[in-house]
Amino acid sequence: MGRAVAIIGVGQTRHGRRMDVSYPDLVREAVLRVFEDTGLSPRDIDGVVSGTMPSMMEGIALTHFYFSEAMQAVGKPILKTETCGSTGVSIAHTAYYWVASGLADLVLAVGHEKMNEGNSQATMTTVVEPFYQRYFISGAPGVFSMQSQMWTARYGIPEDKIRDAAAFISVTHHDSAFDNPYAHVKIKVTAEDVKTARVITYPIRLLDVCPNSDGACAVIFASEKMAKKIGRKAAWVKGVGYRGEEYFFGDSDKVVWESAIQAARQAYDQAGIKNPRKELDVAEVYNPFTYQEMLFYECFGFCDFGTSPDLVLKGTFSRKGSLPCDPSGGTLCTNPIGATGLIRVAEAAMQVTGKAGDHQVPGAKLALAHAMGGVDQFNGIMILGSKL
Amino acid sequence: MSKEYRTLKTEIHLPYELAYGATWTRFFEGLKEMKIFGTKCKKCERVLVPARSFCPRCFVDTDEWVEVKQEGTLVAWCYTNYRYFGMPTEPPFIGALIRLDGTDVNLLHLLGGFDLGDFANTVKIVKNGMKLKAVWSEERKGHIMDIRYFKPL
Repeated sequence: MGRAVAIIGVGQTRHGRRMDVSYPDLVREAVLRVFEDTGLSPRDIDGVVSGTMPSMMEGIALTHFYFSEAMQAVGKPILKTETCGSTGVSIAHTAYYWVASGLADLVLAVGHEKMNEGNSQATMTTVVEPFYQRYFISGAPGVFSMQSQMWTARYGIPEDKIRDAAAFISVTHHDSAFDNPYAHVKIKVTAEDVKTARVITYPIRLLDVCPNSDGACAVIFASEKMAKKIGRKAAWVKGVGYRGEEYFFGDSDKVVWESAIQAARQAYDQAGIKNPRKELDVAEVYNPFTYQEMLFYECFGFCDFGTSPDLVLKGTFSRKGSLPCDPSGGTLCTNPIGATGLIRVAEAAMQVTGKAGDHQVPGAKLALAHAMGGVDQFNGIMILGSKL
Repeated sequence: MSKEYRTLKTEIHLPYELAYGATWTRFFEGLKEMKIFGTKCKKCERVLVPARSFCPRCFVDTDEWVEVKQEGTLVAWCYTNYRYFGMPTEPPFIGALIRLDGTDVNLLHLLGGFDLGDFANTVKIVKNGMKLKAVWSEERKGHIMDIRYFKPL
């Protein structure tokens, strides 16, 4: 595991359609907040890690150069990590590895995206294989619909049950977003609204799908020595896991989904977690689509394959359930992609340090953060705990 | 938030020329002749389609060529009836994962051969596990769309 590493502060922008600020100013908003949160200044930072979705999203390549001033990275070593939707968790991993290696004591991690400045689905299609596959994938919804369809068919989950469970998730997350001051979509929806919303890609409807958000998130990772010296309540990294699979969609099974299963297993092994549903107090699961969120519960060992809709409908993963998932409203309500995975990490850190405000899960001590990237190709996990 | 700030409208147009290489050139030449080729990994013995120059799991060269069946089974599907900038296929369309008989990976292509405009009818026709057959375009250019779609048998 290398040296112990802690998250000692987080900063988020107000996420949403942010045509009121330029992209560098948006990044700066998150960075100023993490310095305000920690009381640190840029001169304390040893290195900076940043990342976005493909640069085509905003039409500017090498965004870590573009934002070097906004991230106060001038005169410092700087890295960019880019793994599509899992970028945010990969940024966190990169910062973690840097500090755990002993080569830095304080690393600033910044994730950012301005999805409203470009065309998100056209951008995502450029992630897809160009000779054989691009013609048949309708952006992100097309990939995730096919995967959901395959999952429900394999386990014989009745269409009305999966529809009810997805609607339950959509309603509860949209309600939770009202308790998160940074969340993008804040609308009251009913199960009926979700079930009758416009079909995007069957079986997925508009309220099963995340928005296009603009936003940034900044997190400071510290060595044990530095975390103790600074003396703030810290979230300790207990485990990290990351796995990829083949690039061709169709080469590997996306139901018994090895990259998700193995990434979680790697992180659980490091954290000493045997029964995640019992031992975790809260999870920030990357959930751009309601159906896919349920599949992640199964891949992460929260329940057996094919059973998540039953548990969802029982409230197991709700705010007052035994394992609350996405009390922030999650990716479903806020998705500035390059920031999204880091927001999951920041939210998990806020939970285990008791700083999540109105969406705090009382007494949370152990939290999981997750993000997924590519054409269902990569999954990354970070487990955070309140104790070293 | 009442104040409106200025925006800059800008565009990037970049032409690309992507090299197929030897393996994929041969695969696409095969499509012109209405043949679907895979390659077989001598280590794991999986038949990969489309043909690959190396096995994505064993990382060894796959130089044994196999002409695969043009019939297979529906593994997963997705009905798309929305449009975004740059979408290469005209909606409505059904993207599908198809396991061609005798192969070991799923091929991504289209379902067709029935009225896609009527969604209620589509849900009645399309079932996971149904048998499918390739339907070829009349004019073939050595392109993935030389196969028009896979139709239910």
